[in-house]
Amino acid sequence: MTEQTKSMVEHPEESPGYGTFVAVWAALVVLTGLLVFVSHFGQKAAVWGLLTITPLKAGLVFYFFMHLKYEGPLVKGVVFVALGTLLIFFALTYADVAFR
Amino acid sequence: MSAPSATASASEPSFLVDQGPRHGLLAWLTTTDHKRIGLMYLAAMVTFFFTGATIGIFMRLVQLSSLSHMMTAQTYNALFTVHGVIMIFLFVIPGLPAVFGNFFLPLQIGARDVAFPRLNLASWYFFMAGAVLAITSLFTGGGPPDTGWTFYAPFSIKTGTNVTLAVFAAFVLGFSSMLTGVNFITTIHRMRAPGMKWFRMPLFCWSLYATAWVQILATPVLAITLVLVILERLFGIGIFDPAKGGDPLLYQHLFWIYSHPAVYIMILPAMGAITEIIPTFARRTIFGYKAIAFSSMAIAGVGSLVWGHHMFTSGMSLTGDMIFSLLTMIVAVPSAIKVFNWTATLYKGSIDFQPPLLYALTFIFLFCIGGLTGVMQGALAVNQHVHDTYFIVGHFHYVMFGGTGIAFFAALLYWFPKMFGKMYSRKVAYIAWFPIFVGFNMLYFTMLVLGLEGMPRRYYHHLPQFDTGHVVATVGSWILVSGLLILFGNFAYALFKGKKAGSNPWGGPTLEWTTASPPPQENFATIPTVTGPPYAFPVEPRP
Repeated sequence: MTEQTKSMVEHPEESPGYGTFVAVWAALVVLTGLLVFVSHFGQKAAVWGLLTITPLKAGLVFYFFMHLKYEGPLVKGVVFVALGTLLIFFALTYADVAFR
Repeated sequence: MSAPSATASASEPSFLVDQGPRHGLLAWLTTTDHKRIGLMYLAAMVTFFFTGATIGIFMRLVQLSSLSHMMTAQTYNALFTVHGVIMIFLFVIPGLPAVFGNFFLPLQIGARDVAFPRLNLASWYFFMAGAVLAITSLFTGGGPPDTGWTFYAPFSIKTGTNVTLAVFAAFVLGFSSMLTGVNFITTIHRMRAPGMKWFRMPLFCWSLYATAWVQILATPVLAITLVLVILERLFGIGIFDPAKGGDPLLYQHLFWIYSHPAVYIMILPAMGAITEIIPTFARRTIFGYKAIAFSSMAIAGVGSLVWGHHMFTSGMSLTGDMIFSLLTMIVAVPSAIKVFNWTATLYKGSIDFQPPLLYALTFIFLFCIGGLTGVMQGALAVNQHVHDTYFIVGHFHYVMFGGTGIAFFAALLYWFPKMFGKMYSRKVAYIAWFPIFVGFNMLYFTMLVLGLEGMPRRYYHHLPQFDTGHVVATVGSWILVSGLLILFGNFAYALFKGKKAGSNPWGGPTLEWTTASPPPQENFATIPTVTGPPYAFPVEPRP
């Protein structure tokens, strides 16, 4: 048995439970509705809606559905490196788009 | 670094001998041994490399006035696209990590295999599937894609050629790259031998580690972008199509967010291989170990932020131009640190001028020309003048061929005895170097000059004033290819008739030289315990 499987047996994965899943799902539906609603106020509102509400939805998926909540600091760190990289890509692309 | 018993390993059969229930080709196609998978990549990539080189020769022939009508302009467009796709996606990007990374990463860190051996085999199948799709795209649909390897929108979403399949091929190849990256990062984190601390790892492993992060973080961007191109072509979703409110510059941003870091995916492992070769043949420890390790990470980090320098003439904002120009200048610093450290390692070394060192020094020379011409283009004013000219083609080939390609040859010369247990003719390797070096510079330095004079890239015909340059470059391509044939003929001969190589013919200091040549299936008789830095000289002689 490898160290990794040993660790999995000794520390069975925690689960958020159905109640949390349903609550998160409901929140995702509400946020999607909010995004559709906001997009009716013009392109600018739609873009800002996408930039704020969508990451929030993705965060909920990461945190609960993908069990990020129960991971150690290394996995959380890797996710934040990826998100940080994405933000830097956004910022540099913005340096073009915003000043054209 | 401690030395496990090489003689104990030597008594076991090598990984080249079938030891499982399957034999022959089936044993290779179902193997999960990292060394066999590395060799399967090697066989595939050498084939692709010579295919791409043959296409390149035909592209050069068209530029001779007497042969200018040997193919149509459309065929020429297809050839430069296919040449680029094969060389970039099937040789240069996966080249060193997939072949030498797979083979030597576990050996250098004292492990028996990579962390996910089956995933490793799956990566090879993704690679081969992508290659088959890319080749299929040439003969199906509307014919070979004619966009260039960059698949720029809006042309790529409008052309009737078989862009959809070619783009899908690149998408599949991306999976191979990402999975290899995941595998290498996990292997380095989890499978280092006892005592192999981070700063006791050979620098080739550091370069693979930096590369793997770029593979994981940047490749998904390309994957999504290519899917968007396919959706544009199939359903006209309008994200890149200006006629529908889309933004073709967004395509360029997304494409280069991956494809510029991809340049570092290509060059970082090459630098890592050179960093292994130089101390071995200078017989002294590497100068500035930590500086080289950190510069690999810095190149990976800063190199991911400079993609906009491909777009200075595209209509990007001036603010964007200035920011990307500045970042481009900064990325030259860690590359220069490496060059400084290599030359400082040689200083007062006890130089043993073997073929791998000759090719490694050639790498430094050619890479410096490639790097410095890159810095020139990082300046906005110069970029306006040379954009889309042969200068770019020359610069690119100095970095990718003079850099990664020559480093690939240097690495093969260095590790060939370990991989196959055979030694090639050193004399022939020296002889091959001469036409490679002369032909290379005739071909690509002439391109730099042609570009400065105004010769545009990707043109089927040229003005008479560029005739002489094109003749020189074309003759250079013949000389270069003759050298390559000698070099690879030497390897092929050595495979079948080469003299047996000892476990450490070069006196290398890292762990792979402590086991038999070729290594046994499990790499080491016992997992070594590392007690010191990786480049400790003198190395104890071994049989």
